[in-house]
Amino acid sequence: MSLAIIVLIPFIAAVLPLLARQRSRLMITTLTATATATSFGLLLALAPAVLNGETPQFFATWLPSLGLDFSLRLDGLSLLFATLILGIGLLIIIYAHYYLSENDDSGRFFACMLLFMGSMLGIVTSDNLILLWMFWELTSISSFLLIGYWFHQSNARRGARMALAITGAGGLALLAGILLIGNIAGSYQLEAIFAAADEIRSHSLYLPALLLVLLGAFTKSAQFPFQFWLPHAMAAPTPVSAYLHSATMVKAGIFLLARLYPVLGSTPEWFTIVTLTGLATMLFGAYFALFKTDLKGLLAFSTISHLGLITMLLGLGTAGALLAALFHILNHATFKAGLFMIAGIIDHETGSRDLRKLSGLRKALPFTMVLAVITSASMAGVPLFNGFLSKEMLFVESTEQHLFGGLSWLVPVLATIGAMLSVAYSIRFVHGVFFDKVATNLPKQPHEPPLMMRAPVILLAMLCVAVGIAPMFFAADILSAAMTIVSPYSFEVDIAIWHGFNLPLLMSALALIGGVAIYANRDELLSFSRQFEHHDAKDVFARIVKTVTNTSDNLMNRIETGSLQRYIAAMLGITIIFVLPELYNIVQLDGGREHMPVNAVSIVGAIIVVLAAIGTAAFHHQRLTSLMMLSVVGLMVSLIFIHFSAPDLAMTQLVVEVVSIILMILALFFMPQRIPKASSGGRVARDILLAGFVGGIVGSLNYAILTRPANSISEFFLANSVSGGGGTNVVNVILVDFRGFDTLGEITVLAIAAAGIHKLLNNLRPFMPSSDVDGRPWHRVKHPLLVQTVSQAILPLALMVSVYIFLRGHNLPGGGFIAGLITAAAMILQYMANGVDWVKHRFDYNYQTLASVGVMIALFTGLGSWVFGKNFLTSWFTHVHWPIVGEFEIATAILFDLGVYLTVIGATLMILANFGQMTTRHRPRQEKH
Amino acid sequence: MEALYATTVGMLTACSIYLILRGRSFPIVIGITMLSYAVNLFLFSTGRLVMNELPIIGNQASYTDPLPQALVLTAIVIGFAMTAYSIILAVRVRGELGTDEVNEPDSSDAEGQR
Repeated sequence: MSLAIIVLIPFIAAVLPLLARQRSRLMITTLTATATATSFGLLLALAPAVLNGETPQFFATWLPSLGLDFSLRLDGLSLLFATLILGIGLLIIIYAHYYLSENDDSGRFFACMLLFMGSMLGIVTSDNLILLWMFWELTSISSFLLIGYWFHQSNARRGARMALAITGAGGLALLAGILLIGNIAGSYQLEAIFAAADEIRSHSLYLPALLLVLLGAFTKSAQFPFQFWLPHAMAAPTPVSAYLHSATMVKAGIFLLARLYPVLGSTPEWFTIVTLTGLATMLFGAYFALFKTDLKGLLAFSTISHLGLITMLLGLGTAGALLAALFHILNHATFKAGLFMIAGIIDHETGSRDLRKLSGLRKALPFTMVLAVITSASMAGVPLFNGFLSKEMLFVESTEQHLFGGLSWLVPVLATIGAMLSVAYSIRFVHGVFFDKVATNLPKQPHEPPLMMRAPVILLAMLCVAVGIAPMFFAADILSAAMTIVSPYSFEVDIAIWHGFNLPLLMSALALIGGVAIYANRDELLSFSRQFEHHDAKDVFARIVKTVTNTSDNLMNRIETGSLQRYIAAMLGITIIFVLPELYNIVQLDGGREHMPVNAVSIVGAIIVVLAAIGTAAFHHQRLTSLMMLSVVGLMVSLIFIHFSAPDLAMTQLVVEVVSIILMILALFFMPQRIPKASSGGRVARDILLAGFVGGIVGSLNYAILTRPANSISEFFLANSVSGGGGTNVVNVILVDFRGFDTLGEITVLAIAAAGIHKLLNNLRPFMPSSDVDGRPWHRVKHPLLVQTVSQAILPLALMVSVYIFLRGHNLPGGGFIAGLITAAAMILQYMANGVDWVKHRFDYNYQTLASVGVMIALFTGLGSWVFGKNFLTSWFTHVHWPIVGEFEIATAILFDLGVYLTVIGATLMILANFGQMTTRHRPRQEKH
Repeated sequence: MEALYATTVGMLTACSIYLILRGRSFPIVIGITMLSYAVNLFLFSTGRLVMNELPIIGNQASYTDPLPQALVLTAIVIGFAMTAYSIILAVRVRGELGTDEVNEPDSSDAEGQR
């Protein structure tokens, strides 16, 4: 439990600095430091147990279906990193208090800092790889915020973007790698993955998984060729650089390598890739550190170099190399954090970080100089400082490996060269800043910073010396605890300062002498280096980003032209491409079912339908003609239904057809009267081709279905219609009983569509032509007498028919849908024949209410069955004997059908009546509220 | 008969797709309406073509499949709702924008002439 608290404290405490923004800076710093110290204290309380070989764990299920659990562990490796994160973090917070100026928003700074700290802690204590990845991404985000802290500076924004792009992309690769690993191991928990190590290494997907994970680790740890983001991240405030770019963030990649070494390591692939990458990075970083004129730039490249060194050790992968790697992680964190803080102090006190301006500060900053000498000596690997020990261990390992066959001698030689460069730039750091003649043109007059700003550096410098002199006393316990986790081999932690005169010692001596020599001749080297054209990584990166965005912009412009026609054509084209092969696979279109003989009526009917359909399409410029053709198609469809034993469908289709044609004629009134010119020939050809393909496919599929034997579930409905639903019209019983829930949904949709239309008509400003296209005015007689008379006579008849159709619906063709449509059609006739005013005067009823009442009745009929302890929409029926009518059936289904009936009337009239009113004074308007 | 039916459905689909690919709203609405006929016929035919076997329980030996009919019946009504909605939408667009062109005015396809 306390493990979870350690990790969560920074996250929770991250709000405190923001809340305390209005308070004094001291208050904010104190809050942040207290939170960190609490977390650190709890960690130290757990430390003895871990050092004794226990592994405190915390487990809480989170999303088990994804393999993601909030599970934490604190083993030796976690402890090593967690100590660095919290310990150095605490020092950084104190330092940052003095570093930040009054104008900086320290609340935001410390909040981001705590967020970052928590994320880092999460990475190193995660017991679940996906959880680890999540924290990994959180570090990318929080470091983005920290690098871009001074967001008014364009280079800070650019550096932050670059860091986010690179580490974010690496994070995605890492996720892919993790998913592969988890898939092979069958779990994302570390225990299970460690147990499946052999399986993973021998799996065919091992190499892709390894490459993806390494991509994640190398981008995060700024390994070659992804090193370029790190120097640009130096636009961050110096405490951030000291923390993220020396002790923590870039170490996350290293941590991942160490964490997964037992799983992915000790294979030839691992060895080759990791070692060579590390070696290349080490040399690259060291070489460029030599020429940087910016103090932080120098340190950034030296960080790259040292990270390369650690990576190389992890690549070598012997027990000694792993120990050296872990030890150097510790050492590098101590001296590099110190060096960055010193760079910050110099910047703070002199106003400049430019090595060309700075010199001779030994008088002004004597104390800082001593600290710089100590930490630089450690970085250079001078004996009696901690850097020396791990560097010598590297030399030992480099001489003892034989992994590159006959070329193995290259490794120690290159390692020595790297060490020489390291010595050279360390000297440069001290000599360039503190010696030579006193600088005169500095922006500020330098003097020593406050003690508390130096205190963190003093502590770190003391650690450098202490570990350097007594490594076994200070570091052996934690290193051996970490080694048990990382190393699959037996090992012995035995770090000594003196091993006698041997090859590694000679290499160290060579490195020191060579480094001094290089520094002495730096001007020659610089002019040599100037011969080559150096591409600034920033420009290359910017160019790549620009190319990518331009390409995708072009692509987008080509795809997204704003032409709906083109989108639909593309969609249809793609559908055809996907369906055609499937159709080809059917082999035989005819399924072998017995064909029905063709009769003359059917042939004539089919010809009429096809001709009418073609006519609709061909005459689409003459809209009224086209519409008439469409109505022919609709009526023929209704005949097709009756021809093939579907009376209910035929009736529905017939009435719907009438209603929709009326609606479209109405709409035609508001459409442009000018007939647009024809499409270009090419477009017509394309559309005919597409239409032909789609039609052909649909027709073929239809034929394939029709000629295959039917296998339906309808036997059930036919068998239970009378006994279970109490009706002989099976279609209606299905609608109101068996599948009543569907019908309820459907009438709801109808009502919603009607409501939508009602809303669309609100405040519509339609184009209302007062004459036809040739300038002839509309006929002045709006409501011909003949139609008026006939329609008024028809109304009662139509209503009676609809009631009849409604009542018989359960047993004979009919029902709520059809009856509703008939009633609606009769009402629409009244509107057409007599005008809106006439109808409003006699029948002023709100159709919205009617439609909603209909849906309500249907719903409550369904709910009613709950009262009797039955399922939703269970129907009940009985037969009663009426005096005149005879035997009559009463079913609750008829109540449901009444709901359908009312909804259909309400919705249809809502649509048509409202639309018809557009030209009158009753047209719907937005009510003023 | 099956071939005739399938051909009819195919032709209806083809004509409606052609209409949907026009650049003006009214032909598109007509196309959508016709497409819904084609789809309804298609769905209806999944019960196979049967004559003189109404799905009314009575004195018949066998009955046609009632399920596709029930599905298509609601589909017809919903299709009407959709047609109505799209035609009103077209009217509203015409009212708001003054044109029945469906493409963006500045798109390369919008010659305003289809």
